[in-house]
Amino acid sequence: MSLLPWSIYVSFAGALLALAAGRRSAAAARWVALATAATAWGLVLAAACRFTPAAGLQTVADAGWIPLMGIRYHLAADGISLTLLVLTGLAATAGILFSWNLEERAGEFFAFYLTLIGGVYGVFLSADAFLFFVFYEIAIVPKYFLIAIWGSTRREYGAMKLVLYSFAGSALVLAGLLWAYAAGGAHSFAIGDLAAAAAHFTAGEQRGMFALVFLGFAVLAGLFPFHTWAPTGHAAAPTAASMLLAGVVMKLGAYGCLRIALPLFPTGFAFWQPAIGGLAVAGIVYAGFIALVQDDFKFVIGYSSVSHMGFVILGLAAGNVLAAGGAVLQMFSHGVIAGLLFAVAGRMVYDRTHTRRLEDLRLLHLGRLLPFAAVVFVIAGLASMGMPGFSGFPSELTILIGAWRTSRAWAVVAAFGVLVAAAFTVRVITVCFFGSAGEPAPAAGTHPLPPITLAEKTGAALLIGATLLIGLKPGLLLDWILPSLHSPLFTAVLKGGAP
Amino acid sequence: MIPDYAGLGRALRPEAALVAGALLVLGFDLAAGKRGSIETRLRAATAIGMAALLAALGLNLHIGLAGPVFGGVLTLDALAFGSRLGVLVLSLLTLAIAAGAARRRHPAEWVAVVLFATAGFTLMAAAQQLLLAFLALELASLSLYVLAGFDTDRAESAEAALKYFLFGGMSAAFLLFGFSLIYGLTGSIDLPQIAERMASPSPSPLLAIALVMVFVGFGFKAAAAPFHLWAPDVYEGAPAPSAALIASASKLAGIALFTRLLWPALGATSENLAASPGWLPVAAAVSAASILVGNLGALAQGNLRRLLAYSAIAHAGALLLGVIAAGRSGPGPVFFYAATYGLATVGAFGVIAVVERSGPCQKITDLAGLHRRSPFLAGCLALFILSLAGIPPLAGFYGKFAVFAAALQIAGFAGPAGWLALFAILMSAVALYYYLVVLKQALVAAPGPNANPIRVPLSAAFALAAAAAMIFTFGVFPPLLLGFF
Repeated sequence: MSLLPWSIYVSFAGALLALAAGRRSAAAARWVALATAATAWGLVLAAACRFTPAAGLQTVADAGWIPLMGIRYHLAADGISLTLLVLTGLAATAGILFSWNLEERAGEFFAFYLTLIGGVYGVFLSADAFLFFVFYEIAIVPKYFLIAIWGSTRREYGAMKLVLYSFAGSALVLAGLLWAYAAGGAHSFAIGDLAAAAAHFTAGEQRGMFALVFLGFAVLAGLFPFHTWAPTGHAAAPTAASMLLAGVVMKLGAYGCLRIALPLFPTGFAFWQPAIGGLAVAGIVYAGFIALVQDDFKFVIGYSSVSHMGFVILGLAAGNVLAAGGAVLQMFSHGVIAGLLFAVAGRMVYDRTHTRRLEDLRLLHLGRLLPFAAVVFVIAGLASMGMPGFSGFPSELTILIGAWRTSRAWAVVAAFGVLVAAAFTVRVITVCFFGSAGEPAPAAGTHPLPPITLAEKTGAALLIGATLLIGLKPGLLLDWILPSLHSPLFTAVLKGGAP
Repeated sequence: MIPDYAGLGRALRPEAALVAGALLVLGFDLAAGKRGSIETRLRAATAIGMAALLAALGLNLHIGLAGPVFGGVLTLDALAFGSRLGVLVLSLLTLAIAAGAARRRHPAEWVAVVLFATAGFTLMAAAQQLLLAFLALELASLSLYVLAGFDTDRAESAEAALKYFLFGGMSAAFLLFGFSLIYGLTGSIDLPQIAERMASPSPSPLLAIALVMVFVGFGFKAAAAPFHLWAPDVYEGAPAPSAALIASASKLAGIALFTRLLWPALGATSENLAASPGWLPVAAAVSAASILVGNLGALAQGNLRRLLAYSAIAHAGALLLGVIAAGRSGPGPVFFYAATYGLATVGAFGVIAVVERSGPCQKITDLAGLHRRSPFLAGCLALFILSLAGIPPLAGFYGKFAVFAAALQIAGFAGPAGWLALFAILMSAVALYYYLVVLKQALVAAPGPNANPIRVPLSAAFALAAAAAMIFTFGVFPPLLLGFF
């Protein structure tokens, strides 16, 4: 377990190394980045092997930092954070494999990329709210440069919109946390201490603080109607950044809701619960319908991400251990599947055809030109639809069962959302890869596309392996997640927890 | 009271070093420099000036926290010690940057005036009496007017100096009028006694007028809305190193003086202070107006220096919030904010000064392709701008965090300070937009057709690297800078 903090340090050091290596050659920067991401992931996996599931956070590093304000450098992990750490390592490594063709300013690209990853590892490991917030904001700024420098269509607009939404959200979080800190006597930012202090707040204070903190985090998780930055930003981003942003960074928001907003302000949560659940299911269905009518390949995936993240928020809103566990599982599952979808759309298809318009792709008959991409996308699509055998199935099913216990209406509407997801996924598979039935296929060889590289195949294999593994054996992760949800921090807010 | 001239002399050794250094710079240039080129004269003047600043720095460290001096005319408490240290370091950075900026006439005079201004700043930081405070403020201000107009080749520089002088002169008149009313009402020119009277929840009408006068005066000096109109023109017209000093060291010294004027017995026992002193509504209104005007005004700027000026107005608002909160949490947070803001601004103007050597640097688009022209400058600028935007782990973030936390500790959202903090936090999202617009040019945009690589002079490179290192270090370990509070 003591290896875990090194995932942060290794990532930040790798960012500097990649920057230096980039002055030599793009290839050097790539190898440095890959080595860094793989090392950090390896550290997480090694720590995971020695992890014993338990209720509550297990400290991995703790030192005084800013004694004036009672802030400590306190890193800790439980099953929830470990699940997301494993996801981060996986998505980061795969993302580098899918940006193996990047030549322009490669050193800077991987420096921003690894800084972002270091920030993400830090967020998932923080047990002090101040430290959490610091890492959370470290992960914001690199996103702007990743999209604005290396992105495609309307990249500067998309980058600015995405970053300003994230930052405005974090501003709300900061306001809420400072309020709680000041009201709690201003002596500690430890999550446990804040929760203990929050027990003495008035109901009005709890409602206000919860609203600020939850809304701030939920913006990053893509809560309807504050989700519009996500498709725009993720469509404009370069492939590796799309994979990481949709796959992992949106989880930061959901993780913040689960780790900070819920345990700190149970009374506030009880007040806002109906509204959150309503917005979550509205987002699931609304984003699904929008995805159904998009004519840009990446926008379809962007809206599907919003729809799937709606399930995560629904799982949190349900307020019981089963649904919250499903939400964490769904975070992992969606991280893998969204990564896979964006890898196909951005790297395998767009980098070769230079178009993302579905009308243009329809004429190309990609199913014949890029059979590997077609196979990967069909698998990812099936996983995304919630086909049994893939990770989307156990996670969405768990969330639906958990939500049913809280509100049948939510569960019914969300289940309808699963149907919509199937519809837009089938549509995009057919249009993109299998053309329209009426038109003759172009003769082979008229569109010579570069073949799929080994790096892409490796990345795809990693991600498909992960979704299959968790689909067939969800217990691997649920055995970590569920005990963590029985921590005393969650007893006031999640039903069905420890007595 | 037996005047303790020896003690006064000991306490004023840093100022003596500065003034002696200034005279030495002028004398040396007069005697030996006239035959040399501008280059060598600047080098000699800068070397002497830096030596004087370093001597002052060493003496300040040696004197340490000496407490009240000369019957309380000066006080060398933590705030004075830290602010003196801060303004000396900021002036040192300014000199180093100026040595690498575009060549101008009269380099020795420029350095000497910087030293005089610095002497004014260090006195402002320690003054605890109205008369001395006013004299120190005017010593600093008069020097700054001269510095703003130093670029005699450009009409904008003369315009900046004239505007700055006219506004500054008027604000001095307001301030003096306010001071005289205060003296008439309280019968004292000692700041702690005055502050006690001013902090009463319902001041007499005449005291309220005096208070408003003082706020008008300080508002002008600190470029707080609605008295900010000179700032964009001065930042635009003044030579970049002069603008760096105006924006950084003078802010820090002014905030230290203002804090001392409003809060009696700073840092001692803050429990017995009035929760909402009589001046609170005025301060809160000026702070809110500055944050609003600064952030919205900056959105519309196409000129980099005007953008920095509006950002300075917004930061002045946040600093005022820190002054309000200083009564509850001590001057630590507002000092940290002002000092690190100064470092970031000196750095940003330093980058402008170096870029100016090889072409104009007025419009934001003049920065286009900086990452190609000089990766070092682009990296430093990114660090400074992100610190201004308050992004962790840079020092600007902790400054904001500490100030807002202190403001919320006063009374949560029950008082105006809490709402002001919320407003400032939300406006920081607006601020990030225009800061990113600057960084977009520097890091994202491609260089223009006739943009050459920029060679960074050694002294400027060292100064920028030092400022960047301090911003990062103080951001990661804030206790390093707050250790003596």
